[in-house]
Amino acid sequence: MNTALLERVHEFQWRRKPTGAMQVPVVIFATESLVREMDDKVLEQASNVAMLPGIVGASFVMPDGHWGYGFPIGGVAAFEPGGVVSAGGVGFDISCGVRCVATGVKSERVRAVQERLADLLFERVPVGVGVEGKIRLDDAEMDAMLRGGASWAVGRRWGRPEDLGRIEEGGRVDGAVPDAVSERAQERQRKLMGTLGSGNHYLEVQRVSHVFDEPAARAFGLEVDDVVISIHCGSRGMGHQIGTDYLREMERSAPQHGIKLPDRELACAPLRSDLGKRYMGAMRAAINCALANRQIIMHLARGIFADVLPDADLKLVYDVSHNTCKEEEHVVGGKKRTLFVHRKGATRAFGPGHRELPREFADAGQPVLIGGSMGTESWVLAGTHEGMDRSFGSACHGAGRKMSRNAAAKLWKGRDVIQTLARQGISIRAVGIRGVAEEAPGAYKDVSVVVDAAHDAGLARKVARLEPMICIKG
Amino acid sequence: MSEPRWEHFPHGADIGIRGVGPTMASAFEQVALALTAVLTDPSSVASKETVEIRCEASTADELLYDWVDTLIYEMSTRSVLFGAYDVKIDGFRLRARALGETVDRARHEPAIEVKAPTYTELRVARVDDQWVAQCVVDV
Repeated sequence: MNTALLERVHEFQWRRKPTGAMQVPVVIFATESLVREMDDKVLEQASNVAMLPGIVGASFVMPDGHWGYGFPIGGVAAFEPGGVVSAGGVGFDISCGVRCVATGVKSERVRAVQERLADLLFERVPVGVGVEGKIRLDDAEMDAMLRGGASWAVGRRWGRPEDLGRIEEGGRVDGAVPDAVSERAQERQRKLMGTLGSGNHYLEVQRVSHVFDEPAARAFGLEVDDVVISIHCGSRGMGHQIGTDYLREMERSAPQHGIKLPDRELACAPLRSDLGKRYMGAMRAAINCALANRQIIMHLARGIFADVLPDADLKLVYDVSHNTCKEEEHVVGGKKRTLFVHRKGATRAFGPGHRELPREFADAGQPVLIGGSMGTESWVLAGTHEGMDRSFGSACHGAGRKMSRNAAAKLWKGRDVIQTLARQGISIRAVGIRGVAEEAPGAYKDVSVVVDAAHDAGLARKVARLEPMICIKG
Repeated sequence: MSEPRWEHFPHGADIGIRGVGPTMASAFEQVALALTAVLTDPSSVASKETVEIRCEASTADELLYDWVDTLIYEMSTRSVLFGAYDVKIDGFRLRARALGETVDRARHEPAIEVKAPTYTELRVARVDDQWVAQCVVDV
């Protein structure tokens, strides 16, 4: 990114003054080298977001910001109730997120059964293109799932009641409207509950390799050498179709709402319009779908661990969503305000004492789960007081690609990637060999640089680093 | 006039699909092959089933968005891959037959799911004596 348009506020914060139709500044949290590596499109997209009606504060870019659709990936924007909601600002993979599960066993125990565990996870967790789950949803169950989220899943015995306290919004978001979800979106989901998907989605068995913040790690139930499971996936076909449906409707109806879109992909509608309300209802249903989906996958993992390591006890650490628009209260200019916060490829990162956090996290802050790419480290961070003021309680979500899929597939062979990682003690199980090449570790930026920047910018602080042992891919 | 063809073009995190042909319908057939090629080699897909598809829109761009959306929907809900397409377009009304078979993970080695069409680089246009239809798809 050309930094000529930016003013450096301090070492880890950059600002573009509002110009033209921009109503607020763009604020980028990053080191100088991260800013320089970002595509110019990131600033263009963040500036476009700053033009949308009702935006409050600034159009933010997290340290992992990269070129997305409409919003940059790593984009955060809050709107007043009289403003807009953007289907493009949430994206197609609604509520894609990460769930981290403690297993209660140390890495040595897993090393002893690693290949068998990898085989069983790959066999029993439905993953990849064209695969179906075992659950079938009829109309009544679809409705119950869309309203109930993970709480619905636990009610069907795919989980324990205590899991729910460790999920954003207690495992179900209010205000889901199943009737706002198209027939197509429902059809795309009927056979997909409890499936992982493909692309950058994964299930990993990881080892806590380093703890940076002992008290927070203790609160989260993590110690060095503990084994955890991380599940990265979203609302599957349902979210993709809701994104497609509403992006189309918002794009086509923008002129009727008097909205001039700087980019068609920023398609949005007033929150108070019928379309805005319907989208919020459908999007919340998709969040519940994603929460239920990750809940069911965790349940499958519990069954597999019970067979292989019977004394393991899988306890949910936390579950975060990356692509959402949520109604939240924030203090702006000393006043408490209700805002609709879009996080597109960004993690909610509420600071210590926030009333939405479970009591045991009151001192530590919210766990912020940062997924690595296949074969690379992942991170657990914690929300901060400063982050509440600086970015509406938001932090980065992952590494971000540095290379297109085509370029990666040309550079690496899937089988070589698997062998190289095997030599590092990482067991990969994947459906598509080309998919492995496209997801090669070298195709992604170094996640530790992004995490350091989020830490140094005060958005979240480092708690623990996780290194992969087993990776299941689509 | 050159043969109809398809290709992929790069986009940061995702992938662009492009079809080129002598008519808009031919470009739509080609862009659909480019969509299949994101998942698997189109020539590995046998034409065992036929799915009839109809789309109607008010602009060529909208028609392409709806066409790609419908193909993603049909492949996903039927667990099939399409390897051949026969498209007819009258105004902004499309009638098509998509031919394919159930996904065979051993033979097709499907690489990645396509989530959605996007408006990024979405374009249907006549360039010289060829029609081009393209967009980035989210994967």
